[in-house]
Amino acid sequence: MTPRRQRMILIGLMAVGVTISAALALRAFQENLLFFFSPTQVAAGEAPNERVFRLGGMVVKDSIEREPGSLTLSFVVTDYAHSMPVHYTGVLPDLFGEDQGVVARGKLDDQGGFVAEEILAKHDENYMPPEVADALARAEEAASQ
Amino acid sequence: MIPELGQFALILALGLALIQASVPLLGATRGRQDWMALARPAAVGQFVFVAAAFLVLCHAFLNDDFSVLYVSLNSNTALPTPYKIAAVWGAHEGSLLLWILILSTWTLAVTVGSRSLPEPFAARVLGVLGIVSVGMLLFTILTSNPFERLFPAAMDGNDLNPLLQDPALVIHPPILYGGYVGLAVPFAFAVAVLLTGKLSPEWARWTRPWTVAAWMFLTVGIALGSWWAYYELGWGGWWFWDPVENASFMPWLACTALIHSLAVTERRGIFKSWTLLLAITAFSLSLLGTFLVRSGILVSVHSFASDPARGLFILLLLSVITGGSLILYAARARHLTVEGGFRLISRESFLLMNNILLVVATAAVLFGTLYPLFLDALGLGKISVGPPYFNTVFLIPMLPLAALVGVGMHSTWVRMSGESLARRLILPAGVAVGLGIILPWIIFGRASALTVIGVSLGLWVVAAALLDPLKRVLRRGSAPIAFTRGQWGMTFAHLGLGIFILGATVTSSYNLETDTSATPGDRWEVGGYELVFRDIRQVDGPNFQATEGEFEVRRDGRLITILNPQKRIYRVQTSPMTEAAIDVGWGRDLFVALGDPLGDGAWSLRVQVKPLIRFIWLGALIMAFGGLLAITDPRYRAQRAQEKVQLSAQSVKTV
Repeated sequence: MTPRRQRMILIGLMAVGVTISAALALRAFQENLLFFFSPTQVAAGEAPNERVFRLGGMVVKDSIEREPGSLTLSFVVTDYAHSMPVHYTGVLPDLFGEDQGVVARGKLDDQGGFVAEEILAKHDENYMPPEVADALARAEEAASQ
Repeated sequence: MIPELGQFALILALGLALIQASVPLLGATRGRQDWMALARPAAVGQFVFVAAAFLVLCHAFLNDDFSVLYVSLNSNTALPTPYKIAAVWGAHEGSLLLWILILSTWTLAVTVGSRSLPEPFAARVLGVLGIVSVGMLLFTILTSNPFERLFPAAMDGNDLNPLLQDPALVIHPPILYGGYVGLAVPFAFAVAVLLTGKLSPEWARWTRPWTVAAWMFLTVGIALGSWWAYYELGWGGWWFWDPVENASFMPWLACTALIHSLAVTERRGIFKSWTLLLAITAFSLSLLGTFLVRSGILVSVHSFASDPARGLFILLLLSVITGGSLILYAARARHLTVEGGFRLISRESFLLMNNILLVVATAAVLFGTLYPLFLDALGLGKISVGPPYFNTVFLIPMLPLAALVGVGMHSTWVRMSGESLARRLILPAGVAVGLGIILPWIIFGRASALTVIGVSLGLWVVAAALLDPLKRVLRRGSAPIAFTRGQWGMTFAHLGLGIFILGATVTSSYNLETDTSATPGDRWEVGGYELVFRDIRQVDGPNFQATEGEFEVRRDGRLITILNPQKRIYRVQTSPMTEAAIDVGWGRDLFVALGDPLGDGAWSLRVQVKPLIRFIWLGALIMAFGGLLAITDPRYRAQRAQEKVQLSAQSVKTV
C-alpha cells in the first residue's frame, strides 16, 4: 500500500467512526433531555405522560405527610396558581422543607400526582432554583392579568 | 486603611500589567531591545503588587475585619483559622483575586524559565500573558472589588458557606486554578508563535513542560473536587456531569490532547497548526469555564452571587481573547510549513487518533453543557441534559481511546510493521481480556458486557504501561532498556489512567446503595456487612451543632469499625449539612449518611458499599505523578536545552 492509500484508509475509518458516534450521541441526547414544567403547565396538559421530566415549585406549608418510620412521603408542590401532590421514597436532601423551593425529577402517575425518583438538593437556604423562580413569576403574572 | 492599600496595590498591578501587555509586544515587532526588556521587570512588579493585595485580604480575614464587605459576608469570629484562609477564595471576589495571583505566579515562573528563549519570543509570550492579566485585573477592579467597605462595620460575619468548610476545599481552588490559569502559558506560547509567524523547532520543547505542569494541577484539582463531592455533597456519587464539573473537565480533555500533539510536534515537526489550535482551545475552554462558573448562569455551589455585569464582562473578555487569537490563527497558521510524513501504523498515527477522540469527547461534553443554556437564553424552554447522555457520549470515544493507549505506547515513530506490533502486544492483550472476563465473575459473581469491557480495558492499559518496565526488570544485565524521565512520566500517567478505568468501572458496576429507615437498636445487613445502629446523640462543634449517629460495622461477627455520621446545623447560616461517615479501604469504601428524622425515633439512612472507589482518585494522583516526572526530565532544563539546540542545529547541517 502506498502511504497515500494508507492515509485515505485512515481518513475513511475516522469518518465512519465519527458518523456512527455522532448518531449514537444524538440518540443519547434526545433520550436524556429533561424538560422542566411548573404545576400550571402540568395542569394545562403540557407535560408528557410517559416521560421523565422535572417539576418545580414551592412545598406547601403543612403538606408534608409521612407514615412514622417510613421512607415514603408525599407533599404538595405549588406555583400559587396550581398545585399537585408529589410522592417520593428515599432520603431527602438537606435543604428540603416547607415553604422552600423544590425541583423533583420523575413521572406523572395515573391519579394526577407526580412520582419523584429524585428530589434535587439546593445549596443554600436563600437560593431559589431559577426554574422555580421563573415559574412563580409567570404564575403571578397570569393571575394579575 | 490597610484594605485600601490592597486596592491601591491592585491598581498599581493593573498599571504594570498594561505596560507588560503593550510595550514588549511593540518592541518585538519593531526590534527595540529596550522595549522588550521591560517585560520581565513589569511582570515581577505586577506579581509583587498582586501578592501584596492578596496578603492584605488574608490579613483582613485573619483579623476579622468586618468593615470589609467581602470579609463580613464570608467569615465569622468562630470560624476555625484554616477556614478563614480558605474563605479568602470562598466566594466570587476573593476567588478572582486568587485567579490573578496564580496568573502572576505563572507569569513570574515564565520570566525565570524563559531566560534561554530568544528575546523577541519571550517578550511576546510575556506580553500575551500581560493582556490576559489586564483583562482579569480590570474585571476585578471594575466589577468585583474584594476590598469594598461596609459602613457601619458588621458586629460579626455571615460565616463561610458550610459546604466549603472542609479540608479538601481549602486546597481544591488553588490547585484547580493552578491548572486553569496555567493553560494561559501554552496559550501565550502559541499566540507568540502566531505573532512571530514561524514556529521554530524548539518551540514544542519549550511549551511542553508548561503544558504538562498545568495539566498536572488540573488533574489533581479535578480529583480533589470529585473526592470532596463524594464525601460531602453527593451522597456517595463521585462525578455528576454537573456543568461546573464539565467546566473544569473540558480544559483537561483539551489539555490532554495538547500534550500528545505537542509530543508529535516536538519529535517530528508536524501537527504544528493543530497543536497551536489546541493550545488556544484549551485556554479558551478554561476561560469559558470561568465564565460559566462566575457569571451566575449556572446554579451550583460554585456560582456565587450572580451579577449580569460580571457575566457580560467575562463574556466580553472571552470573545476578545478567544476571538482575537482565532483570527490571528486564521491569518497566520497556513504559513506554517510542514515537513515529513508518516505511515498508517506509526506513533504519529496513534497520537492523531488520540487527539481526534479527545476532541470529540470535549465537543460532546461542551454540547451537552451549553445546549440548555442556549435554549434558555433564547427563551425556548428550560431543559437539562441528564447524566446518561454524558455517560454515553463520553464512553463512545473513550473506549477506543483506552484500547489505543497501549498500542500507541508501543509503536515507533514514522513507521512500524503491524506484525511486530502485534507480536509485542498479543500476550498482554490476551491476559487483560482473559482476566477482564474471569475476575469480575470470580469476585462479584456477575458481570455485564460493559463491565467486562471496562475491566479488560483498564487491565490492558495497566499491562501496556508496565510491559517495558517489567521487561527491564526481567532482563536486567543482558539488555537493559534505557528509560528517560519523560518515558517514566508517560508510563506512570498511563498506569494511572488504567487504574482510574478499573476503579470507575468496578465502582459503577458493583456499587451497593440502600436507603433505609432505622431506629437505635436495629441491625441489618448490607453487602456482607452487618450494621448496628447503636445510638443517636447531640454533639457540639466550633461553629455548629450536630446530631450524631453511632453505627457498629461487623463482618463475620468481628467488629470492623464504628462510624459516626452527622447532621450538622451551622449556627450562623442555619442550613443543615450532612457529614457522611466513611470507612475507607483499598478494596471498598463503606459509606453511611444520616438523613432526617422520620418520626417514632426512626431515621432515614443511606448506606453504600463502593468497591474500588479509591482507585479513581489514586489513578488521578498517579497520572499527575507521571506529569511531575515528565516535567523534571533533564532535557527541559534551560542550559542543557540550549546546548542541545546547538547540537541539533549542527546535526541538521551535517545531515
